[in-house]
Amino acid sequence: MRAMVYRGPYRVRVEEKDIPAIEHPNDAIVRVTRAAICGSDLHLYHGMMPDTRVGMTFGHEFIGEVHEVGPSVQNVKPGDRVMVPFNVFCGTCYFCARGLYSNCHNVNPNATAVGGIYGYSHTCGGYDGGQAEYVRVPFADVGPGLIPDWLDDDDAVLLTDALPTGYFGAQLGDIVEGDVVVVYGAGPVGLFAARSAWLMGAGRVIVVDHLDYRLEKAREFAHAETINFTEHRDLVRHLKHLTEGLGTDVAIDAVGAEADGNLLQHVTSAKLKLQGGSPVALNWAIDTVRKGGTVSVVGAYGPLFSAVKFGDAMNKGLTLRMNQCPVKRQWPRLLEHIRNGYFKPSDVVTHQVPLEHIAEGYHMFSAKLDNCIKPIVVTSAA
Amino acid sequence: MTYTPHKPSLAESSDELRARIPGWGADLDVADRPSVPRERFDLTMSGAHWEHPDRQPEKWPRERSVEHTELPPVFGTTCPPKGLSGAVRKLAYQKYSEGQTAHWLLLVAGDRIDAVESALRSFVTLRPDNPITQTGVIAEVKHHGMSSRLGHNRADVKHHWMDPFIVGAPWAGAAAATYLTARRIRRRP
Repeated sequence: MRAMVYRGPYRVRVEEKDIPAIEHPNDAIVRVTRAAICGSDLHLYHGMMPDTRVGMTFGHEFIGEVHEVGPSVQNVKPGDRVMVPFNVFCGTCYFCARGLYSNCHNVNPNATAVGGIYGYSHTCGGYDGGQAEYVRVPFADVGPGLIPDWLDDDDAVLLTDALPTGYFGAQLGDIVEGDVVVVYGAGPVGLFAARSAWLMGAGRVIVVDHLDYRLEKAREFAHAETINFTEHRDLVRHLKHLTEGLGTDVAIDAVGAEADGNLLQHVTSAKLKLQGGSPVALNWAIDTVRKGGTVSVVGAYGPLFSAVKFGDAMNKGLTLRMNQCPVKRQWPRLLEHIRNGYFKPSDVVTHQVPLEHIAEGYHMFSAKLDNCIKPIVVTSAA
Repeated sequence: MTYTPHKPSLAESSDELRARIPGWGADLDVADRPSVPRERFDLTMSGAHWEHPDRQPEKWPRERSVEHTELPPVFGTTCPPKGLSGAVRKLAYQKYSEGQTAHWLLLVAGDRIDAVESALRSFVTLRPDNPITQTGVIAEVKHHGMSSRLGHNRADVKHHWMDPFIVGAPWAGAAAATYLTARRIRRRP
């Protein structure tokens, strides 16, 4: 089969690989029809995530058709059209039994602090991902969900991470009616977080980024006010001014490890790998939320330390909430919202990239060329 | 306003927002949101029909965090450790817990060694590494590299110039090492 393969920082190519085999009785092999490149794939692509091995196939956002199932699989069968959450999870460990699917303890030998994630380094379990023609899906009775007939492929693939993560980010903010919410990052997750904040009754939603084309999307898709932080010498003062000195009730970090806005923070993390991530957006979130407010973090950071302004968070009495999204818990409600016409996830898709050209897709997305917001990878199986 | 008890008023009322934004307030009830409560014990929720899953065969001594008291039943099997990078990675897993910085720094070092080892290994194959095609830099031409960057006051353009050095440094280092070695051999009496 053809598969994207990591060759070192900033370098990927497409190679022939063996079609994955059933390795556990509850495995399925899925023939991939759509995958996506996620902003967090760029952390791997840039060499930021420890134990990212040359030869690994990335891709934790994918959908496809079940090709083969192991002997104990009951809930899906060959030919089923399925979407697969980015989390690999068993369903019954201490954490899964309580609904913390993204924190599963039975699927990642390499680390206890993080669960399993497809195509996301050995730190997240050493699973090949879905930017390929086929992928191994462990615990096929637990993870994958059947895609409803009425849902398009490009909408479905966004239900495997970007949309649930954005929606989860808004949930972690514990938004109540009339709250003022600031979302850092106008990438797909930030756009979905901003859109979801309204569903939860926000009274005002402000999106911060430095890319004008993404801020335009935030105004159009997420109905948000926008701030380009490069236009303000001091973003914190500007946001305080906009909120009459109070700050926002909720701040959502939908940026993560490669945040811009402070060259020193960015270079020491994204370029020199001396920090787990550049905490510029997180620090802004801490500084701009009101005292007693809530900071929600769904941006991904590496496991090394980062220079976070923790003292401010403590002194302000903030509630910090964060996690990788337990995707499957979000699906019923999100499908309901899509069916009701509240939003169409694929509205954020800007590019379709054939698998064979994935190196160009990574470069375009990484360098933010051509007004790229969300690239979808199309395999020959599609 | 912060010196007085009341919250600043909003520009739009809830009714106005409901009329303007599709779905506004659909998830207003905090208790009726999908991940609320955060922890809810329910073994039937996931679809699993086991209490402890079967074990996947361990085909080689699978490296694992020392914080795991046993090998988890299911794990990824891509890219087993090999070469010097594999030795460094195994050391990181065997000796240091996730709470120790040495664990992560060794894994990062293993990644850098792996990239060099793999590039060298590729030169004895029919498909050597090619930094031009693998970086996808042709996208600069196809997807408006210049016009996407210039005139937009983008914060990231300030550090884009570093990327070719990060990609090129190992290649330049290998070329320099090859040249110096060749020169030393040639000068040997």
